[in-house]
Amino acid sequence: MVLGFYPGCSLKGSSREYTESVIAITRKFEIELKEIPDWNCCGATAAHNLNKELSLALPARILALAEKEGMKEILIPCAACYSRLATAQYELNKDPELKEKVIKIIGMPYSGDMVLLNVIQMLDKYITPNLEEKIIEPYLHKVACYYGCLLVRPYNILKFDREEDPQSMDILVKKLGAEPIDWAFKTECCGGGLSISRTSTVGRLSGEIIRDARDRKAEAIIVACPMCHTNLDMRRPEINNYLGAKVSIPVLYITEVLGLALGIDRKSLGLERHFVKVTN
Amino acid sequence: MMEIHTTDKPQGLGSALKQQTDVDLQKCYQCGKCSAGCPLSSEMDYAPNYIMRMIQTGDSELEEKALRSLTIWLCLSCEMCYSRCPQSIDIPKVMDFLREKSLQKKMTNPEAKKIIAFHKSFLKSIEKTGRLNELDLIIDYKTRVFDLLQDVSLAPTMLAKGKLPLLPEKIKDRKGISSIFLKTSKNNSK
Amino acid sequence: MSRIGVFICHCGENISATVDVARVAKAASEIEGVVHSVDYKYMCSDPGQSLIKQAIKEKGLTGVVVGSCSPRMHEPTFRRACSEAGLNPFLCEMANLREHCSWVHEKNEATTEKAIDLIRMMVEKVKLNQPLREIKVPVTKTALVIGGGIAGIQTSLDIANTGHQVILIEKEPSIGGHMSQLSETFPTLDCSQCILTPRMVEVAQHPNITLYTYAELESVSGFIGNFKAKIRKKAKSVDEKLCTGCGLCTTKCPNKKIPNEFNEGLGLRTAIYVPFPQAVPNKPVIDKKNCTYYQKGKCKVCEKFCPTKAIQYDQPDEILEVEVGAIILATGFTVKKVDFFPEYGYGKYPDVITGLQFERLASASGPTLGEIRRPSDGKIPEKIVFVACAGSRDPAKGIPYCSKICCMYTAKHAMLYQHKVHEGKSYVFYMDIRAAGKNYDEFVRRAIEEDHVNYIRGRVSRIYEKDGKYIVKGADTLLGGRPVEIEADMVVLATAGVSNEGAEELAQKLHVSYDPYKFFAEAHPKLKPIETNTAGIFLTGACQSPKDIPETVGMASGAAAKVAALFSKDEMTREPLIAVVNRQAPPLFSTCVGCFLCQTACPYQAIEREEIRDRSGKLIKTVAKVNPGLCQGCGTCVAFCRSKSIDIQGFSNEQMYSEVMALLND
Repeated sequence: MVLGFYPGCSLKGSSREYTESVIAITRKFEIELKEIPDWNCCGATAAHNLNKELSLALPARILALAEKEGMKEILIPCAACYSRLATAQYELNKDPELKEKVIKIIGMPYSGDMVLLNVIQMLDKYITPNLEEKIIEPYLHKVACYYGCLLVRPYNILKFDREEDPQSMDILVKKLGAEPIDWAFKTECCGGGLSISRTSTVGRLSGEIIRDARDRKAEAIIVACPMCHTNLDMRRPEINNYLGAKVSIPVLYITEVLGLALGIDRKSLGLERHFVKVTN
Repeated sequence: MMEIHTTDKPQGLGSALKQQTDVDLQKCYQCGKCSAGCPLSSEMDYAPNYIMRMIQTGDSELEEKALRSLTIWLCLSCEMCYSRCPQSIDIPKVMDFLREKSLQKKMTNPEAKKIIAFHKSFLKSIEKTGRLNELDLIIDYKTRVFDLLQDVSLAPTMLAKGKLPLLPEKIKDRKGISSIFLKTSKNNSK
Repeated sequence: MSRIGVFICHCGENISATVDVARVAKAASEIEGVVHSVDYKYMCSDPGQSLIKQAIKEKGLTGVVVGSCSPRMHEPTFRRACSEAGLNPFLCEMANLREHCSWVHEKNEATTEKAIDLIRMMVEKVKLNQPLREIKVPVTKTALVIGGGIAGIQTSLDIANTGHQVILIEKEPSIGGHMSQLSETFPTLDCSQCILTPRMVEVAQHPNITLYTYAELESVSGFIGNFKAKIRKKAKSVDEKLCTGCGLCTTKCPNKKIPNEFNEGLGLRTAIYVPFPQAVPNKPVIDKKNCTYYQKGKCKVCEKFCPTKAIQYDQPDEILEVEVGAIILATGFTVKKVDFFPEYGYGKYPDVITGLQFERLASASGPTLGEIRRPSDGKIPEKIVFVACAGSRDPAKGIPYCSKICCMYTAKHAMLYQHKVHEGKSYVFYMDIRAAGKNYDEFVRRAIEEDHVNYIRGRVSRIYEKDGKYIVKGADTLLGGRPVEIEADMVVLATAGVSNEGAEELAQKLHVSYDPYKFFAEAHPKLKPIETNTAGIFLTGACQSPKDIPETVGMASGAAAKVAALFSKDEMTREPLIAVVNRQAPPLFSTCVGCFLCQTACPYQAIEREEIRDRSGKLIKTVAKVNPGLCQGCGTCVAFCRSKSIDIQGFSNEQMYSEVMALLND
């Protein structure tokens, strides 16, 4: 089957391993990912912080392009892009006048009934039903599933998992043989877009996340968002600085963990691109 | 003598807020749950509930304080406050609104310079090519904030790991993108 | 020949400020059939009423129309006046010129025209009024009280002391309710059980009270003064007449690991159990769901040891049918459990408890014998946090209302803690302090000023566990919203007071209305907090809304007074504005064809079947008959009847048409 795909900018650059692992997984289950032709950046944090209309128009263009291509469902692995597209779709569906305005701005027809799947939803829908028999090497580790902010909040727009102590990723990794721990920072913000402009804050926020995971003896942290991954992985020196200790717990994407359990090789999953070494 | 208008109807910025975002700040009963759960509140100059209170009063001096705060730029829109607010007040939306107003009125907090510069560089990169080019972003950002050494140490590792594409990806319909930017231009994003 | 008298009231200025009353009276005098028409400042006053009485006598009036306020205000007043002057009270009607006219319009021509129209309509109706007699219904002078907490106990005692019989049913094995679970009560810090148990014993021993515990209402039918109730006495598996209450069985029962409901899940009990030592009656019951004999067929240890052979495993449920004249709902409330709160851990932290659970810890008869100890490891907490407004005043959680009692009991809990753990530190996170009763505010100040409880204004955003302690994230809004983080050993949530499980079902059985939160609805929030919209059924205590003990006791006595008033006469009178199925001369007997669509439609089950038989007893036809005691005069049956055989006395189709025609024929 063919699934519409919106990688977003970070998956093409600093979070390349995420795309690699997503493609490796879908390929193994005979799902072809078709990128939305000529897709643009969703605007991320910058657009909605600076310019409301722009923050609605950029996602609307993406969805309009997907519609034009005849797609009914698209996969959005980046949690931030998923949040932006879902929010724009929700806001425009709620306010017909605003929708008309944005349609004029993007100069394209747009109806707003695209089904948006984040990576966990995609896995639960298309992969886990056929997963069990394909597992070769169960991921026998204690893991801390980190959901971050934008996968689960706000519930009234995303309607995905419960906002406090979500369980969808935990249930998924359990199926892979891992032991998800109960910890306190599942949905606490990692520092998001302040990675470059206020790195000390990221050191503190991500540091607290790492601290709790470490104190509860997690062997790995599993994420589903490239921003969170960057903050927890690439910014490890800041985190270690904040904690006053060197913590070497690796951070893996859920698709990388899944790939390992399915016996896919490390290179295809992009594991060598991490800053914090991923030992098996 | 400061005149406080609080519970009759939204005044000043509060009424523009209600009109543009449909958020009714009169519902806020200052329980403080938002500030209690905000991950950034320890770094903010005014706690989130305090910002709500300042807008509730409709007092122009307090409104200006809110627009000039560091709070609105530190807010990461993590949505924690919104998910816990007993009155379901969309605080992140209020923050977005205040950010735009703050830029429009040129009342941004000096300590937020780097944060705003980052956002502006981000949008500039998208406007040019339709997609973010991280190298362009960093270079433009550094020129805005004169911090040439930021993350320089990371660059070699990023390159080695193939995570720093040197050439930007350009989409075909760049005209469409610049048209969108033009039509939504408020001179903020420059 | 109609001789109608019209009386237009100024109602001070309420009507005359907007309506030209003199003109209305003049216009009325020109209507055919009106022989007397005046206006006066206050018709409801003594002189005003005298005007009516005089006119009836002097002018031989056959009908009276008073143009004044709403009939809900003064219909009884004017009807009584007419009655005293010798005119059947149902020949007197009111036209509402106030709520329907002067209070809802501006002063202008159209408003006065409308007033004139309203008078004209009512005059035409009154011309067709028939004299009616009030309906008399006998009263059974026994009250049924559902619920044996302090509300049910107080109301039973009060009614019983007036000399009437009371049947009190309670679904738990013992009476006492939540008050028996409390340690000490505010604002006096009286020991709760010490002040309650004498009343419980009084109930058990009162000659006019019949107590059934472990019993629930099965169904009810009938109407005020004449209810028939079916009570299900659940099988206790113990013969109460033989049982002496020695308690040996409860010590011998091998099944000891059942969570104790009386202790709110803290601590355990056996399968055969007495809920608490001061239970009334002090006889055990067997919890069939958890008893080894009932589940697996083995054991029977209690039977073996019982010295009086009181254990009866095959004892069935018993259905009792009783006739009562009034029913009082005293079913109380419950509190939300900790698993209701996602941000406080979804109930997975053993040391994050509800206020009621704290009461059990503080209580001398509780699982820790009155010592405040952590349920997880039994240690005494050195730092304790109390979270007020946990769930209440929270529209996002579906509970927008205030639960009223939490501010007071939180202060009480903090004080009790400080009294028991001298070196301990307690914190209360609050939004407001609601301490409106007598000596209440002084009580809270005592907690702050004498017992050194720390009060911080701000709601708690999150609680999570780390290394056996609980991180409480709150804020101090009086300091601009500054975040406050406390590492506590124990957290007590003052959870919202909500309606009981099964409240909706019970309300539907009784045809009593309830609000969106399943609290039973009072007839009027200000003036009738005890009556319901169903005549003969009264409310008392927290089943109507959360309230404290003094209010509950006051309300319970109030309900008893209502019942006493009801029972003070042997017969009740009801307004005769009810539906009647017509009767004709033989051989028709009635135009009713016996389709009984009306019976299906009637919301009050007021329509019965009547068999019309000839002298030899042969059935001629079965027609509908309205029960005058149950009918509320809603008129639904009239709309349904296809043969126009049923109509409302005092609001007949003719009368309605005449009003409409009066309006159209200008």
